[in-house]
Amino acid sequence: MNFDVEKIREDFPLLQRTVYNKPLIYLDNAATNQKPRQVLQRLADYYQSENSNIHRGTHKLSIQATTAYEQARQSVARFINAPAAEQIIFTKGTTESINLVATTFGERFVEAGDEILITYMEHHSNIVPWQLMCGRRGATLRVADITQDGVLDLDDFKRKLTTKTKLVAFAHVSNTLGTINPAKELVKLAHDAGARVLIDGAQAVAHLPVDVQALDCDFYCFSAHKIYGPMGNGVLYGKKEILEELPPYQGGGEMISEVTFGKTTFNELPFRFEAGTPNVAGALGLEAALHYIQSVGAEEMHQYENELLLYATEKLSAIPGLTIYGNSPEKTGVVTFNLAGIHSYDAGTLLDKFGIAVRTGHMCTQPLTEFYGVPGFIRASFSMYNTRQEVDALADAIMRSREMLL
Amino acid sequence: METISEKENTIVEEFEIYDDWLDKYNYLIEMGKDLPMIDEKHKVKQNLITGCQSSVWLHAEYRDGRIYFFADSDAVITKGIVNLLIRVLSGQTPQAIIDADLDFIDKIGLKEHLSPTRSNGLVSMIKQMKLYALAFKTKYELKTEN
Repeated sequence: MNFDVEKIREDFPLLQRTVYNKPLIYLDNAATNQKPRQVLQRLADYYQSENSNIHRGTHKLSIQATTAYEQARQSVARFINAPAAEQIIFTKGTTESINLVATTFGERFVEAGDEILITYMEHHSNIVPWQLMCGRRGATLRVADITQDGVLDLDDFKRKLTTKTKLVAFAHVSNTLGTINPAKELVKLAHDAGARVLIDGAQAVAHLPVDVQALDCDFYCFSAHKIYGPMGNGVLYGKKEILEELPPYQGGGEMISEVTFGKTTFNELPFRFEAGTPNVAGALGLEAALHYIQSVGAEEMHQYENELLLYATEKLSAIPGLTIYGNSPEKTGVVTFNLAGIHSYDAGTLLDKFGIAVRTGHMCTQPLTEFYGVPGFIRASFSMYNTRQEVDALADAIMRSREMLL
Repeated sequence: METISEKENTIVEEFEIYDDWLDKYNYLIEMGKDLPMIDEKHKVKQNLITGCQSSVWLHAEYRDGRIYFFADSDAVITKGIVNLLIRVLSGQTPQAIIDADLDFIDKIGLKEHLSPTRSNGLVSMIKQMKLYALAFKTKYELKTEN
């Protein structure tokens, strides 16, 4: 396999640092992953020589920045195979993308008595916006069950998908369980029932090829910072015919066509949903991240990550008293676990002292802690720059923490 | 009765012998395991301080001008720190508890456990201990002055 992880690590300056005088082992990639110098350089270049507000000035800098920003939009469209760049709306991140749809779709299409269907494994950001919207519209939020293995219960999903369902929202990949949902199948089922579909792709884009046309989803969202890009930038893809029917989200500059005190007419897609000065550097940083992935080779990266996940699963399963949550045959990115008789906070505290960054707690999926009857989880999540040696160090540190705590 | 700062100094000295973090945490974990269990009848929801990561139960009693604290946590490292806080504050007067700055936690290198991002219930527990002190002071001491 043509994938040189040591060479890739050299591109990530932060990986060179130490914590508590130990080399950092960064296994919190599902929270945010580190940035290659190509992305850092792009951000610096923008502010050093291109910074200007876009879509307004007639001056050289503004024209350049506008062109660069719109090119970034095209790069994103190509990355997820969107039919047109105007279907890519830049947001702050996945959370804002979901809130945008919940607010505008809710206002336009959801009425009292309607239902929104989500799954038991959703991140809080794919639960709470729908709850708020259902509260405003008098609609009901329904939740499709999962199995003990952390796989969506398809029968329950079908049962809860009815003629009342206006929209189905689910994670492409679960941030806690790593489960890859059968997105294409779920979209088909939802469409057959007359519902629209939003896919939360936050945990998917860095680990899976995403093709929104093949998926046929109505909305797809993700954050730049979980795919080697900067924080504060994200994407909402939508089908054109639906986006065109949605009312404006936030009001402000950029999103208007004509303003008088009596009436405002709104700009066309995608600008209608991008009120105010956007995060231009963020979009350019995201584009640089996507180019970086291309230069590494997305397919090779995915294959390497899958092998590393299998290795980690095997290695950690051998530790006495360790339970892994999420054993879907289709899985990517994370190993989430607990140690018998040990609180996740204690384990996380000691792992940190060994120089290992993992996530502990409810992972923004509190319903899953209730489902499994635990106060929290420990999650190791991987990126293309992680190594087998790091997995070995993790297993070793878990063993030593276990001895200390039991 | 030792004062709060005398008790703090004793704990700082106890920790000074450990230069390795592993030993320090081993000691802390042992102290967590040693914490006398709170009476089950006090392990009720109104005594529960929920953090994102771990939770603490805290019960307080006022006897003869002094406050006695009883606590527990679901995480053993949190419990170790809870034990230290109880050693320092339990049996003190309300005013001494209100005035305590508790910088010994910093001196023994465990300040990170009191950072808001840890969300282990400890910051809220200290706040709650001081609120108890204030409440008991108001209830028992200011009344007699009237």
